[in-house]
Amino acid sequence: MPFRIIVLAKQVPDTRNVGKDAMKADGTVNRAALPAIFNPEDLHALELALRIKDQINDAEIVVVSMGPGRAAEIIREAMYRGADRGVLVTDRKFAGSDTLATSYALSLAVKKLAPFNVLIAGRQAIDGDTAQVGPQTAEKLHIPQITYAEELVDVNSKQITIKRRLERGIEVVRSPLPVAITVHSSAPVCRPRNAILVMKFKHARTTTELQEETKDYTELRLYRPYLNIEEWSVEDIQAETEKLGLSGSPTKVKKIENVVLQRKESKAFTADDKDIDLLMQELMASHVIG
Amino acid sequence: MNNVIVYCEITEEGHVAEVSQELLSKGRKLASDLGIKLEAIAIGNKLDNIEKDILPYGADVIHIADDKRLFPYTTLPHAAILLKLFEEIKPEIALFGATSIGRDLAPRVASAMRCGLTADCTSLEIGDHTEAKTNTTYKNLLYQIRPAFGGNIIATIINPDTRPQMATVREGVMKKEFWPAVAKPEVNKLDVAKYVNDEQFVVRIIERHIESQKINIKNAQVIVAGGYGVGSKENFDLLFDLADVLGAQVGASRAAVDAGYVEHERQIGQTGVTVRPKLYIACGISGAVQHRAGMDQASMIISVNTDPNAPINQIADYTILGQVHEVVPRMIKYYRQNSK
Ligand SMILES: Cc1cc2nc3c(=O)[nH]c(=O)nc-3n(C[C@H](O)[C@H](O)[C@H](O)COP(=O)(O)OP(=O)(O)OC[C@H]3O[C@@H](n4cnc5c(N)ncnc54)[C@H](O)[C@@H]3O)c2cc1C
Ligand SMILES: Cc1cc2nc3c(=O)[nH]c(=O)nc-3n(C[C@H](O)[C@H](O)[C@H](O)COP(=O)(O)OP(=O)(O)OC[C@H]3O[C@@H](n4cnc5c(N)ncnc54)[C@H](O)[C@@H]3O)c2cc1C
Repeated sequence: MPFRIIVLAKQVPDTRNVGKDAMKADGTVNRAALPAIFNPEDLHALELALRIKDQINDAEIVVVSMGPGRAAEIIREAMYRGADRGVLVTDRKFAGSDTLATSYALSLAVKKLAPFNVLIAGRQAIDGDTAQVGPQTAEKLHIPQITYAEELVDVNSKQITIKRRLERGIEVVRSPLPVAITVHSSAPVCRPRNAILVMKFKHARTTTELQEETKDYTELRLYRPYLNIEEWSVEDIQAETEKLGLSGSPTKVKKIENVVLQRKESKAFTADDKDIDLLMQELMASHVIG
Repeated sequence: MNNVIVYCEITEEGHVAEVSQELLSKGRKLASDLGIKLEAIAIGNKLDNIEKDILPYGADVIHIADDKRLFPYTTLPHAAILLKLFEEIKPEIALFGATSIGRDLAPRVASAMRCGLTADCTSLEIGDHTEAKTNTTYKNLLYQIRPAFGGNIIATIINPDTRPQMATVREGVMKKEFWPAVAKPEVNKLDVAKYVNDEQFVVRIIERHIESQKINIKNAQVIVAGGYGVGSKENFDLLFDLADVLGAQVGASRAAVDAGYVEHERQIGQTGVTVRPKLYIACGISGAVQHRAGMDQASMIISVNTDPNAPINQIADYTILGQVHEVVPRMIKYYRQNSK
């Protein structure tokens, strides 16, 4: 039985570059208008998984992502960097899930991969920004959690020791396995793609993707099963539909507003000594300072 | 309807954290609006005088779980205590600080109760909601207002059907306010053994290095903040000099923190602290939406920037077009010469 490490990875719109056309008229986000990227902290999560794998004989890394078909891109990206297998949890019925419904679906996918030893997620996704999915998935699996991991101190087949980053310092904690870990952005960055792995996995596809290919890779997959990125639907993970999507989400979005920058009347000064003196005089006269 | 409950986080120094006192202040108002009680729960070790930190904010009931195994915080025992307590007192609303503890604990509890949880709220209000499809009206819901999508949108989130309505809020977002009518609260000391079991202590802390909070930029009246444009740690010293003469605190953008110019505690913005000073002097800060989220409530903003089109200038009251290392020394000089 290999030592199984599961990494939860989310494909996210690059919210660091949101332009005007990113919002649809109904107030929802037009994800298609934004580049889709590997959630940054999930790459740190992958690196932690790789470091565990470096220390354990016979360890394997399975990447699980829930999202639309194109999220297979990040699974391939993870493979190029050292993940062994990937699962895309994908179904229209997942749409509109809040963190509770998302963690329900992810926990069922993880259960289907049991037994596993370590479950690793990013701390936070840059679109929803809640940092809730990691702890909620851990709770649904009834396993302990270590949040904000910064460094792997030690791991063996029974327990793991992790340095955590807190607001005002660090903490080193030890937990028996299996455990869920969420990884902080201060953890080591992910190693780059490995040329050999890129060659090995460049034809890795989900079945849906295969159907869209012009070349037929069916035969290739027969003797290279690792090229199959599994696709799991609601039925595959045996989820109850009413616990998914909008109906399974206790939080409802009542209203969404775009943040608009309100231009103020501002007084412009140059870096001239006279100008600065004038400004300081004004501030002191109005008792803003002094 | 029963109560609003606030999870009171315990600091290294054994006090209730400021963010929890801010939430008690907010919770007090929400509870009064709804005509229900405000309750507080403190979980830790040696909490003999902890009521003193909670009383001024108007809690009607204070629950205390005091046991040497409950400090420092670990997830499972704190979650177990809350779960059982919530089952007993059935809160309408439960509030947590969006701190490393609150963001670890609240989702665990919400998941076990299958409740909705809204992260990082910047505003909490009571209001009604009508579900268009079914034409059902929900009275007195908690509107949980939060930025998402990297700060580019503001969403109002409600939990019509599940209780408690749970939310986390960052430090500095709500205002700490004493509650004038000093109530005589009921103190409920929990029998900890009934709330936790040994298996919940499986995660062991083997080492801790926590610094006491030296830097407190949150309540500063004047803030001199530096960004990546400050250029170096040495140039940042100029900002400390200016802060010194003005009696101000030094803040920073994330890019400045990432570049190693200053400590993370000084970061202002969506993933740092939120500040509301009288005066905010932004030096070499472009004004990304994530930064503005933490400072746009400042009464007055001065921007020192080499780029006249820096986004920060759009929300500034005064802009100075120039280099930080030239402008700041001149400000210091003028102030020194002209203040009494
Ligand atoms: C404007 C807006 C506001 C929202 N506010 C809330 C809210 O307050 N409360 C709430 O419950 N929901 C909220 N949601 C819904 C929430 O964003 C989604 O449920 C989302 O799928 C997961 O939350 P997240 O992006 O915050 O993930 P986080 O909890 O921040 O993600 C943490 C980690 O979990 C893992 N992970 C998360 N999603 C996936 C996935 N799909 N596949 C694989 N791994 C994953 C990743 O490792 C990730 O790094 C909001 C959505 C929007 C659009
Ligand atoms: C999820 C998320 C959360 C984030 N949270 C935060 C947060 O909490 N806080 C935060 O600040 N950022 C946050 N960021 C980062 C944010 O997007 C910006 O990258 C960051 O604020 C930029 O910092 P800056 O303005 O110092 O640097 P830059 O954007 O590089 O700007 C430097 C500025 O300095 C000016 N300049 C250059 N040289 C000089 C000079 N000699 N004199 C004067 N001016 C000069 C330039 O014109 C420019 O305007 C977050 C990002 C993400 C994605």
